[in-house]
Amino acid sequence: MAQALNQALRDAMAADERVHVMGEDVGTLGGVFRITDGLAREFGDTRCTDTPLAEAGILGAAVGMAMYGLRPVVEMQFDAFAYPAFEQLVSHVARMRNRTRGAVPLPVTIRVPYGGGIGGVEHHSDSSEAYYLHTPGLHVVTPATVADAYGLLRAAIASDDPVVFLEPKRLYWSKAEWSAREPEPVPPIGRALVRRAGRSATLVSYGPSVPVCLEAAEAARDEGWDLGVVDLRGLVPFDEETVADAVRATGRAVVVHESSGFGGAGAEIAARITERCFHHLQAPVLRVAGFDIPYPPPMLERHHLPGVDRVLDAVARLQWEEG
Amino acid sequence: MTVLETPAWRPRTDAAPLMPDPEPFRLLGTPEAAGLDPALLRRAYGELVRGRRYNRQATALTRQGRLAVYPSSTGQEACQVAAALALGPRDWLFPSYRDTLAVVARGVDPVEALTLLRGDWHCGYDPKLTRTAPLSTPLSTQLPHAVGLAHAARISGDDVVALAMTGDGGTSEGDFHEALNFAAVWHAPVVFLVQNNGFAISVPLGKQSAAPSLAHKAVGYGMPGRLVDGNDVAAVHRVLTEAVERARGGAGPTLVEAVTYRMDAHTNADDATRYRDEEEVAAWRGHDPVDLLERELAGRGLLDAELRRRAADAAEAFAADLRERMSAPVEPDPAELFAHVYAEPTPQLRRQEAQLRAELAAEREQEHH
Ligand SMILES: Cc1ncc(C[n+]2csc(CCOP(=O)(O)OP(=O)(O)O)c2C)c(N)n1
Repeated sequence: MAQALNQALRDAMAADERVHVMGEDVGTLGGVFRITDGLAREFGDTRCTDTPLAEAGILGAAVGMAMYGLRPVVEMQFDAFAYPAFEQLVSHVARMRNRTRGAVPLPVTIRVPYGGGIGGVEHHSDSSEAYYLHTPGLHVVTPATVADAYGLLRAAIASDDPVVFLEPKRLYWSKAEWSAREPEPVPPIGRALVRRAGRSATLVSYGPSVPVCLEAAEAARDEGWDLGVVDLRGLVPFDEETVADAVRATGRAVVVHESSGFGGAGAEIAARITERCFHHLQAPVLRVAGFDIPYPPPMLERHHLPGVDRVLDAVARLQWEEG
Repeated sequence: MTVLETPAWRPRTDAAPLMPDPEPFRLLGTPEAAGLDPALLRRAYGELVRGRRYNRQATALTRQGRLAVYPSSTGQEACQVAAALALGPRDWLFPSYRDTLAVVARGVDPVEALTLLRGDWHCGYDPKLTRTAPLSTPLSTQLPHAVGLAHAARISGDDVVALAMTGDGGTSEGDFHEALNFAAVWHAPVVFLVQNNGFAISVPLGKQSAAPSLAHKAVGYGMPGRLVDGNDVAAVHRVLTEAVERARGGAGPTLVEAVTYRMDAHTNADDATRYRDEEEVAAWRGHDPVDLLERELAGRGLLDAELRRRAADAAEAFAADLRERMSAPVEPDPAELFAHVYAEPTPQLRRQEAQLRAELAAEREQEHH
C-alpha cells in the first residue's frame, strides 16, 4: 500500500503543478513511512517541502496556500501528532468554504497515518476518525486495499474540498496484485463497495478493520454463515444506499471498527442502518469496537483490537435462530 | 500574597542583558576551568561514562526486542547529566522522549525510566515521588506544564524550580512559544533547556529556524537567552545552575540553548545516512563530551588509572544489572487496562473488563484441552 500511495502522490504532482506536498521529514527522508520517498528529488524541495516541526503551522500554511490557488497535500507524521493542528482544522479548514459563501474553497488533503497493530509506543496508534467525522466541512476517507489507496488518494487530491485521508498504518506493508503502470480509474469519494455479498448477515467496516471482516466472513463459512462485507472506504460522505441495500438483503448487521466504541463512528452507522432498515432487521444492529480506554501498549493491543473472534461472537449474538 | 503583583509594563530600553553571546559558552580547556571544583568534575565524569554505557546498552536492548524503541542521547550525555546535576532534590524535571538519561542521572531506576519506551502505557515511575514528569512524546507539549507547576509552587511560597527539556525541532511548536511567553509574563521559576543536536529526525536546523540562534528566541519574550557548548559538561552545568538559581531567586525564567550533536540515528528505527554525511559526524566525534572532560581531568592530574577503572567498572555493573532486569519477561495484566482510565471505572468499562476476562478465561480453557 505504501508504494501505491507514493505513486498516487507522484502521479498527482506530475499531472498538476499546483499540487504541493509538505510536512515533517517528507523531503530528504521521504517521510517516516517513506510515503513521499523520492518526491523531493523528482519535483524539487519547493514542491515537496520539509517544514518546521509545527503541525498547526503546517496546516495553517496549507490554508493560505490553498487560498492562493495551490493544492497542498500535508502529511501529519502520526495520528496523535495531528492534534496540535485541530484548531486550524476545526476553526478554519472545515468552514472556510461555508464562511466565504463558497468564494474560498480549500482543496487541502490531510494525510494521517492512523490506527494500531504495528506495535507502536504511545501516541502512535490512535484511531482518530471520530474527531474528524463530527466536523462538518471535512471529507473523511480511508482505504482498505492497495488499489483503493491509489485511487482514493488521487480522488482526495482532486477534490475541491478538504479531505482527511486516513492511512491505516498496519496495511502499509500489505501487498496485492496492483500494477503501478495501469492504475484503476479514480473512484469517487463517498462510494462504499460490497467486498463480498452475503445472505446471513452484513459486516460494515472501513480501513484496517475491513481485512478483519473478510477473514471473519471466511471463517464463518465453517459455522454455516454466509456473511457479506461492506467496505465504506470513508465515513464522510456516508454511502447510505449501499449499506442499506446490503443490510436489507440479510436483515442483520454488525459494524466493526478498532477505535473506541462509545461515541465512535459505529454509533452513527448503526443509527443510520436502524433508521433506513428498521422493518427489515431481524436483530438489533451490533457494534464491535475497541475498548473505551486510552490506546494500550503493544503487548496488550491484541486484546483491544477487534479480531475475528469478537466479530464472530457478535454475529452469533444476532439472535440467530429464526423466530 | 504579593508575588503576582505585576510591575507596570515599560518597554525595555536595553535588551542587552537578555541577549545571548554569539559564541557558545565554554569552560573545559579554558583558563577559567582551573577554578572548577575537582569533586564536581569527578562526579560528572562518573555520570558521563555511565551515561555513555547506558546509551549503548539501551540501544542493544532494542536489537534484542526488549525495548520497542530507543532514542539515543549518545553525544548529548553532557546535557543530560548536567541537567540532572543542576537540580535540587525538590525541583522538577520535565523531560522529552529523548531524555531518559537525564531521568536516570536524576536517580530514577533505569528500568522504570524505560517503561514507556518498552512500549508500555504508563511511565514506570511516580512523578510526584521522583519529581520527574513522564517523558513527553508529543513535542514541547510538556513545556507549559513545567510553567504551570513552577508558577503554582511560587504562588504557594515554595522555592521549587522546574527544568524543561526539548529539542531544536521542538522550538517550532506553538506550545514552545506559549510556554515561554507564560513563563516570562508570570516570572515563573522555569529553566528551558533546548538541546540543539542539529536535526529533528532528518530536518536540519536551517529548515527549522532562521534566528541567529535558538537562544535568541528568548529575548522577544523578555527572558535571557544563553548559548552554551552542549558537549562541555562543566559549561552546561554552570549555565544551568545559574539559571536555576536565578529562577529560585525570583528573577524568572531563562532559555538555554545547548549546542550539541546526535551521534546515533534519530532512533534505532531510523537510517541517518539518508540525510547527513559521515564527515559531519566525524567532525563531532572530535568534540566528544567524554573526551573533553577526560582531557581536562588529565591535564590537571585528576584522571588516574584508579578513577578511570572505578568509573568503567561502575558503568559495566550498571549495564549488567539493566540488561538482566530488562530480560525478565513483562507480563502486564490485560485487565489492568481498565483500572486507571478513571478514578472510578464507569459501568461501561466494568462490562468491557468482564468481557475481556471471560475471553481470557476461554483462551486458557482452550490451551488446557
Ligand atoms: C507534536 C509532535 N509532532 C511530531 C512528532 C514526531 N517526532 C518525534 S521526534 C521528532 C523530531 C524531534 O526533533 P527535535 O525536537 O530536534 O529533538 P531530537 O529528536 O533531535 O532530540 C518528530 C518529528 C512528535 N513526537 N510530536
